[in-house]
Amino acid sequence: MATGALDLEAGTQSGQPTGQHGLTAHSHGGEGLASQHPGERQSPGTQVRSGVAADHPVTTGKEEAWRFTPLRRLRGLHDDAPLDGVPLTVSATAPDGVTVSELTGAAAREIRGVSGYLPTERVEARAFESAPRSVLVDVPAQTELTEPVRIALVGQAGEAATANHLLIRIGAQATAQVVLTSTGSATLTDIVEIVVGEGAHATVAVLGEWSSDTVAVSRHHIQVGRDATVKHVALAFGGDLTRLYTSVDYTGPGGDAELLGLYFADEGQHLEHRLMVRHTAPHCRSNVLYKGALQGKSAHTVWVGDVAIERTAEGTDTYELNRNLLLTRGARADSVPNLEIETGEIVGAGHASATGRFDDEQLFYLLSRGIPEATARRLVVRGFFGEVLQRIGVPVLVERATEIIEQELAVTGA
Amino acid sequence: MATLEIRDLHVNVLTDDAPKEILRGVDLTIAGNETHAIMGPNGSGKSTLAYSLAGHPKYQVTSGTVTLDGEDVLAMTVDERARAGLFLAMQYPVEVPGVSTSNFLRTAATAVRGQAPAIRTWVKEVNAAMADLEIDPVFSERSVNEGFSGGEKKRHEILQLALLKPKIAVLDETDSGLDVDALRIVSDGVNRYKAASAEAGEAVGIMLITHYTRILRYITPDRVHVFAGGRVVESGGPELAEELETNGYVRFTGVGAGA
Ligand SMILES: Nc1ncnc2c1ncn2[C@@H]1O[C@H](COP(=O)(O)OP(=O)(O)O)[C@@H](O)[C@H]1O
Ligand SMILES: [Mg+2]
Repeated sequence: MATGALDLEAGTQSGQPTGQHGLTAHSHGGEGLASQHPGERQSPGTQVRSGVAADHPVTTGKEEAWRFTPLRRLRGLHDDAPLDGVPLTVSATAPDGVTVSELTGAAAREIRGVSGYLPTERVEARAFESAPRSVLVDVPAQTELTEPVRIALVGQAGEAATANHLLIRIGAQATAQVVLTSTGSATLTDIVEIVVGEGAHATVAVLGEWSSDTVAVSRHHIQVGRDATVKHVALAFGGDLTRLYTSVDYTGPGGDAELLGLYFADEGQHLEHRLMVRHTAPHCRSNVLYKGALQGKSAHTVWVGDVAIERTAEGTDTYELNRNLLLTRGARADSVPNLEIETGEIVGAGHASATGRFDDEQLFYLLSRGIPEATARRLVVRGFFGEVLQRIGVPVLVERATEIIEQELAVTGA
Repeated sequence: MATLEIRDLHVNVLTDDAPKEILRGVDLTIAGNETHAIMGPNGSGKSTLAYSLAGHPKYQVTSGTVTLDGEDVLAMTVDERARAGLFLAMQYPVEVPGVSTSNFLRTAATAVRGQAPAIRTWVKEVNAAMADLEIDPVFSERSVNEGFSGGEKKRHEILQLALLKPKIAVLDETDSGLDVDALRIVSDGVNRYKAASAEAGEAVGIMLITHYTRILRYITPDRVHVFAGGRVVESGGPELAEELETNGYVRFTGVGAGA
């Protein structure tokens, strides 16, 4: 929960709209502020870091990191459901100079953890330990791609669980965009490691278009090299339950991470996003913008954004924002931004969170100008998501996301 | 030329408790090219009348009829009423975050006109209408009404009047809260639209709801109706407004007109 230093905007918002004017930015200047949310850290450090599942206790749901997730619907992924389902199929379209390979056995084991990542949850360790293969996307140093690398992951297995591991390596000074799309039916635990070399410019985008029975628990870890710029984009539409925990570490000064997200939850869906940006290196930036729309009974979204600025991270500049739009009653959006600051020598640090309703008065106003109801809803939702879509910078992805949003709006006939 | 006919209109407002009767038999006819001032004390039901005409879901018509050129307005949805030529300038315009004013105006014009206006003429039309109302062009990129001052919101309502070109315009206390300059700008806007509409042969009919006589110095009514207790209690010419100016609403309600 928010401490007294923050107003209610920063606390958990359980579908309680704060009104459309409820957006409040909190800025923490460089005044040597003490740690703000000591109880809420979900960062590694106090936690077990191990690639061996047996080293991690079975998740009970009481942990801070799991308190919003309905474990019942995880089909035992967090416990010990056998990972013997048919693996995802992987197909790649890669421009010249990029290699995409499937590794198994020792070769696969060797690349797991090269981003500095080690699992912090049992569900992740299970994938780390027993994913049937690893997929390696290698963009060599200095490469300048003009077309995105496209990786399509297709679930085959339905109820039987499987695991996946993927490593995206963007070499020093390279410029590349990598787009992952997920479709099909799966019960999945997967890990995506992203290593962005010195001075590289990378975009890694994931588009979750899972079929409606999919349960997917994902961990992304991004290692940002010195003076590297990375944009991570998470678009979540499909699935019964999807949860993505994205963590960012910086290996040197000058790193810049932009974390964008967009989700649209329908009746019964649970879409969860967690972020942990750990500023340890000086003069790095992070900027987080996640927006979600919800419609239908028991549509539930969770967004938890943690940013930690450690004592060594002077000159950090960070801002995070989450906004949710409730299109109908009965939906619930939880939003928890956390900021922990251990040095006063920063450029800026702020966060904001707001959940608003597309309310009857707004609808009436648009209708009273002759605008039909379906158009009115589209207008509002498009406007709401526009800010995120404009920043993605991958035209094919923006096009697809726009199409899906239109379809989502057609679902309710709203 | 259009005619709006309101006959024996009874309306309840839906509250958290029981529905509450607000309009108690409103009779009023507004023909094209006429301006009718509806004047009444606070709480007499003026906004309820305006919202009921527009079809706000909180207001429930229990009996009576409303027709526009013989068509049953009460059978229409909110957006159908607007497309049929009815326009309501709201007393408290609603903020719609995330939707730019320019996009909103174009979407509304497309809906009301039945087709998207040609881009080039549309941009000119909007710019001219904004200039007329002394609205800064930066407002087109701002979210609808979001963070607008009271006066800016009212000017934005009149901008929509000019662009959506209704047959019947209901202006609910468009004058309230305006300083003298803003009042003049807004009144000029209404008069300009009325003249243009008459010239185009449409000849808008205006229902000018107000609490004060001040705006009647700028917009000359053909008829003045005193509204009290949820109905029209007296009708007359402009001289009735002068009487209200002097004596307030006391003769009609037993209390003064207030500030
Ligand atoms: N949404 C509402 N909920 C409860 N009461 C309402 C509502 N709208 C109007 N009323 C009541 O109806 C009466 C008339 O209100 P209104 O039409 O706004 O009057 P006016 O516009 O003349 O000031 C008032 O007593 C007011 O309190
Ligand atoms: Mg009123």
